[in-house]
Amino acid sequence: MRYLPLTDTDRAEMLGVVGAASIEDLFVDVPAGARLAGPVDLPAHAGELAVERALGAMAALNRAAGAGPFFCGAGAYRHHTPASVDHIIQRSEFLTSYTPYQPEISQGTLQTLFEFQTQVAALTGLDVANASMYDGSTACAEAVLMAHRVTRRKGAVLSGGLHPHYAAATHTLAHSAGVVTRRLSAAVDDEAAVVEAIDADTACVVVQNPNVFGTVSDLAAIAQAAHAAGALMVVVTTEAVAFGLLKSPGEMGADIAVAEGQSIGNGLNFGGPYVGLFAAREALVRQMPGRLCGETVDAAGERGFVLTLSTREQHIRRDKATSNICTNSGLCALAFTIHASLLGGVGLASLAGLNHARGRALASALGAIDGVEILTPRMFNEVAVRLPKAAAAVVDALAARGVIAGVPFSRLDPAAGLDDVLLACATEMTTFEDIAALADALCTELAR
Amino acid sequence: MSGMGAGRRAGSALLQDEPLIFELGGWDKSGVDFPPGEADGDTSDLAGLTRAAPPRLPGLSEPETLRHYVRLSQKNHAIDLALYPLGSCTMKHNPRLGEKMARLAGFADLHPLAPMSTVQGALQVMDALAHWLKTLTGMPAVALSPKAGAHGELCGLLAIRAAHEARGDGRKTVLAPTSAHGTNPATAAQAGYQVREIAQTADGRVDLADLAAKLDADVAAVMVTNPNTCGLFERDVLEIARLTHAAGAYFYCDGANFNAILGRVRPGDLGVDAMHINLHKTFSTPHGGGGPGAGPVVLSEALARFAPVPWIVHGKGGLELIEEPRGEAAAALGRMCAFHGQMGMFVRALAYMMSHGADGLRQVADDAVLAANYIKARLSPVMSAAFPDGPCMHEALFDDAWLEGTGVTTLDFAKAMIDAGFHPMTMYFPLVVHGAMLIEPTETEPKRELDRFCDALIELADAVRAGDVERFAGAPFTAPLRRLDETAAARRPRLKWTPQA
Repeated sequence: MRYLPLTDTDRAEMLGVVGAASIEDLFVDVPAGARLAGPVDLPAHAGELAVERALGAMAALNRAAGAGPFFCGAGAYRHHTPASVDHIIQRSEFLTSYTPYQPEISQGTLQTLFEFQTQVAALTGLDVANASMYDGSTACAEAVLMAHRVTRRKGAVLSGGLHPHYAAATHTLAHSAGVVTRRLSAAVDDEAAVVEAIDADTACVVVQNPNVFGTVSDLAAIAQAAHAAGALMVVVTTEAVAFGLLKSPGEMGADIAVAEGQSIGNGLNFGGPYVGLFAAREALVRQMPGRLCGETVDAAGERGFVLTLSTREQHIRRDKATSNICTNSGLCALAFTIHASLLGGVGLASLAGLNHARGRALASALGAIDGVEILTPRMFNEVAVRLPKAAAAVVDALAARGVIAGVPFSRLDPAAGLDDVLLACATEMTTFEDIAALADALCTELAR
Repeated sequence: MSGMGAGRRAGSALLQDEPLIFELGGWDKSGVDFPPGEADGDTSDLAGLTRAAPPRLPGLSEPETLRHYVRLSQKNHAIDLALYPLGSCTMKHNPRLGEKMARLAGFADLHPLAPMSTVQGALQVMDALAHWLKTLTGMPAVALSPKAGAHGELCGLLAIRAAHEARGDGRKTVLAPTSAHGTNPATAAQAGYQVREIAQTADGRVDLADLAAKLDADVAAVMVTNPNTCGLFERDVLEIARLTHAAGAYFYCDGANFNAILGRVRPGDLGVDAMHINLHKTFSTPHGGGGPGAGPVVLSEALARFAPVPWIVHGKGGLELIEEPRGEAAAALGRMCAFHGQMGMFVRALAYMMSHGADGLRQVADDAVLAANYIKARLSPVMSAAFPDGPCMHEALFDDAWLEGTGVTTLDFAKAMIDAGFHPMTMYFPLVVHGAMLIEPTETEPKRELDRFCDALIELADAVRAGDVERFAGAPFTAPLRRLDETAAARRPRLKWTPQA
């Protein structure tokens, strides 16, 4: 067995040192009736080649995004990752280490986390950021729980532009802790409705920018209304590349900003692993969930980094902790920070500009098709369009022709009554030929 | 410094000093090239909504990037360097086949919301993983989506909560031993429960009398780690399950230590109702410096219908995902996260399972348990085993009784291990053992590495007894940095780089 170094000779010697006659002697505490006599009913071990063949066959059944024209976004975005990112994250010292509990021999991970936190704070326009969360949706739920702790209020108003999976996960993860989520009806642009929904028991409003329909908004008025009512504003971003072009959440008055960081450094991976970004105003830092890396000095006065403010955390505070989170998304955060270090601020601005331009090209191609109505008033790289037919059926029909047209909104929220709405997104990966192919296929399908 | 040299300090030999990216400059440059023109396109449609200037972040060219991260990497301990005996974390070898498989375009370049007809292979991976997990645990259902162990714990407790609520039962308490992982009480609190602690017996197990006394009609669940955090199998597990069920409560098992019993015992045969499985521990997806993990939860018949969406089902046209709590999944407790869980980890874990097979996975448990008992046997003469009688499972637990009066603490001893080339064991956990040192060697250590480790600890223990306190109190001496001031870090938190005023 290629992963198990002990030989039978080793095992016999070791049993001798232990003073056990056989391995069975070491399992004596297991109730006799529950001990399995032999292997469970699963296949026996297999060589690398056999496993590669089996998994390769499964991979081959999937139509990779890069196999042809492709326009899915809705919270997961296909971007180009520089080759050096994947090379670095596969280094043993990053890949096969764990949470930096021993800072003296974990400075590599700790310094990258400190740099990551600084980058996230700069991108979100807020004071402090943590060392990452599982993903954007769980970060969103944690932000709501944090607002509940900070304000001691129960209500959370979720904008109708919030990704429906985020709304569902937030409800699931927060309701048992006493938070009452109120999700507004799905809406392309719902600033007024959000402001209207704020009341004296509102802990926070959760708004997404660009929202799930691709709409870019100025959230300053919502922030003002929330703050006037003693509530916090949580801003969600699912497309992190947008930070390169749009006003930051902090600039618009966010108290907490959360984001899905997948777009920067991380592949689609069928939905995970991704990396949640979490930032807040300085005054709220002791209510933040998750690991925080901080600067300090060693016994010789040299600068170094450690995990800090751990009295917030489960291993110290147990049932009084700010969150139960333990493992976060270290390697994905590393990929994010490497890609962000390559891009720099000017590179990210260029990438965002390119995405905006491709998105607009996509929207104008779709808008030119008879019967297709553009719903998104102001877009970044994703657009919601109304089709004259059910979007799910159109997507399936186009998939059969090799074009993945986007995400039917009904897949995210079947109860919204928006069965004719399609979300389509373009990134720097999308070519003008791809856009033309989509427009052609859509014209043909709608004419049928 | 007891004959130690000047140490291996940054800025010497192969260990380079490395500033922060913010100190390397590059405020107006980028290591990524873009086609000219389009990137600076018209943004007038977003008037008033855009940044005044690009984000204030430095950019590095590719050579600078490689240097930066390679230099930093060399300041990390890693499994690939040496034994990494963090108890409760299962730091075992990470097969590189998993990395290769997860990077196949059919998995890595696959969108979670692409039409289901185009992702059948991905759904097959999830279905196969579910089958292996259910078979190994003897449980009828599994929720794959939780993103890590603690997220899985929450999923399990929310399923339990949903089951009680479905019969109008508003129980408010969760019982967990004092020795539990901190995540257990933190999770119970997040799930809306009060936590009461169960006492422990002198031999490191759940105190049945105390459990029975506290199991009233308000207890929703009993959370027990098995093998427990002392590295011991809960001998009375069947009785724990019986008492729990008799009180109308559910039995949650923290599966962090599943590695010890793989293929030897099925939690389903022990009366467990819910158990999370840390794929990054037992099934060796890389720990990655603190994640990503994955925490699927197996569920008993009583809890299966409350599993969160998405569900994977065999439909007419192949495999399908049910993504809303409707129809078949009407009782689902909700959704734990966006999309379907940690697919990249599912591929790696499945590659690991298929590689080992039923026979190899059983051998994993056997070798992990043997290695821990070997360490316990070799170190017990010089250190004090917390529970000397009987075998341990996959972890050997020592206390600090043997350090009493020496002037050396558990922390000092652990830091001195760094100078010996090893990552310290888990310290001061579990809380029920004074000055705890929890050693988990795993099954992937060759005997010579186990011996090198034991020899090093025996040598250190001898130095403690010889009164060489300075070797411990000042340790580490040879790491890239000396002992770090964690108190100062917490007193005046500096959580990001700021320009010099």
